[in-house]
Amino acid sequence: MQPVLTDLIPALPEIFLAVAALLLLMLGVFSGKNGTRLVSGLALVALVVTAVLLFRQEGYDVAFSGLFITDSFAVFSKLLILLGTGLSLIIAQNFIAREDMDRFEYPVLMVLATVGMMMMVSANDLLSLYVGLELQSLSLYVIAAFRRDSAKSTEAGLKYFVLGALSSGMLLYGISMIYGFAGTTNFITIAQVLQAGPASLGVIVGLVFVAAGLAFKISAVPFHMWTPDVYEGAPTPVSAFFAVAPKVAAICLFIRVLEGPFGSLLPQWRQVIEFCAVASMLVGSLAAIRQTNIKRLMAYSSIANIGYALVGVAAGTADGVQAVLIYMAIYLVMTVGTFAIIIGMRQKGKAVEEIADLAGLSKTSPMLALALAVFMFSMAGVPPAAGFFGKLLVFMAAWKAGLYPLSIIMALTSGISLYYYLKVCKVSWFDDVKEPLDRPAAGLSWVVTATALVVFPVALVIGTPVLNGAAAAAASLFH
Amino acid sequence: MSSQVMSTELLSQYLPILIFVGIAAVIAAAMLFGSMLVAKQKPDSEKLSAYECGFEPFNDARSKFDVRFYLVAILFIIFDLEVAFLFPWAVSLGRIGLFGFWSMMAFLGILTIGFIYEWKKGALDWE
Repeated sequence: MQPVLTDLIPALPEIFLAVAALLLLMLGVFSGKNGTRLVSGLALVALVVTAVLLFRQEGYDVAFSGLFITDSFAVFSKLLILLGTGLSLIIAQNFIAREDMDRFEYPVLMVLATVGMMMMVSANDLLSLYVGLELQSLSLYVIAAFRRDSAKSTEAGLKYFVLGALSSGMLLYGISMIYGFAGTTNFITIAQVLQAGPASLGVIVGLVFVAAGLAFKISAVPFHMWTPDVYEGAPTPVSAFFAVAPKVAAICLFIRVLEGPFGSLLPQWRQVIEFCAVASMLVGSLAAIRQTNIKRLMAYSSIANIGYALVGVAAGTADGVQAVLIYMAIYLVMTVGTFAIIIGMRQKGKAVEEIADLAGLSKTSPMLALALAVFMFSMAGVPPAAGFFGKLLVFMAAWKAGLYPLSIIMALTSGISLYYYLKVCKVSWFDDVKEPLDRPAAGLSWVVTATALVVFPVALVIGTPVLNGAAAAAASLFH
Repeated sequence: MSSQVMSTELLSQYLPILIFVGIAAVIAAAMLFGSMLVAKQKPDSEKLSAYECGFEPFNDARSKFDVRFYLVAILFIIFDLEVAFLFPWAVSLGRIGLFGFWSMMAFLGILTIGFIYEWKKGALDWE
């Protein structure tokens, strides 16, 4: 049957965003030096329109001859990704103007990376997965090295590129193994082949390689080495973006691959995920203790957070997936808020990024110190804050699935992480001011206020629709 | 069990490739090691030095050169790949229909936008 143009309607949000990115590129290159603000503003509008288009989608549908799938899971993850990109774009505005990054390519690359991430979570074939992943990664390599004149930024870009290329190679090798032994790259057909009989060793080896390649992208231990260096070296708004949108996209992709085509191999891949989860939680919370640079601290914190999310993935149930989606939503909001504070850290106009520079924040700007405390308590998982409920849901899902040792390790490492999160609070509340921080830009204050309010009281009020959305998303994977 | 039979069948289709790889390895090994075993070896400093049209080599072949060559090479690769896609598309255009035609037009449109961008950015100016 000949394909027709209406077959592409399920992919309308992606197509719209891709066309918007190309138009923004043209607009930027023709509007000369002062185009960055205009392009950034229009990029935000494009992200909002894409989110509206996503809201209009419902049910299950495929496009591109079955390479692309939309279901509630895809819609939920894409809305998270768009939220992450949009917020990262807002908090970057002031920084890129002041730090000599005022080039219109920045928002365009972010939008292109977002298109790639949306393709990733909608992949229904190993090859469309790869194409989406590469579109995302190539845009991210360039953004990491966006401050070309800074040795640290170029180093971060190069490190990210070399290790990213290595992980892509592993992923492709795994894909070729699976194709060779299952005879197909389509997720639905792979699931049928694996359900028909015992899986051959080749498929399992291929699956392990694919899992290793994806573990690189979510920076799960033992594939985490690049994260602290890249987060520290890349310009701060870029680190903020890296910590949210690609993480959400990669973990959603991970879930789709493991629960979809390889759902019947749960006993095999669960061991790998359990190992990664335990190692990430331990390394993330122990290595963070010694950090003095707040961006490195956030890198280790993100590694630990991915460990917690993987606990939910290892559960292999709809409850587990729902818990991970909620967890990532909360993680996204509190990480953006924390990074907004870090981006705003300036002393006499110069950007600083040591934890010690926060000393006495409560005396110079008490509201900012309060927001920081909210984020830190939430990340540590102290009860009234949203982060606690995310961890609780993951913990309960893993406990119900019978993963008792894993849940206990999760609770213990969460206790360890309390130490370094509270250390940041202690520095900002009880240490003496050495050099006061400047007032952050208005846009940053807005984002900090909004996210802090969401993390503490608002999440308790609006929690139910998000919870239901995540439940529907998880159910769509297990129909 | 049936999947094992299936995968054996599937793998046996690749047997010719395995044989081909084996033959290639044998021939390559024969060329490399055959001369080492059979021929007479009498090395001296003249024989071992790099041959450069009868005169002494001036400097190392791995010298630095202008980064703009890389840029030109990268820009060339894009259009080279475009042509690599255009040939099979042109040959099978009759069978892939209007959808296939417009798919390629979309691809060319994206490439054109990239081309306008690099032109406006001055990537094509040598000076």
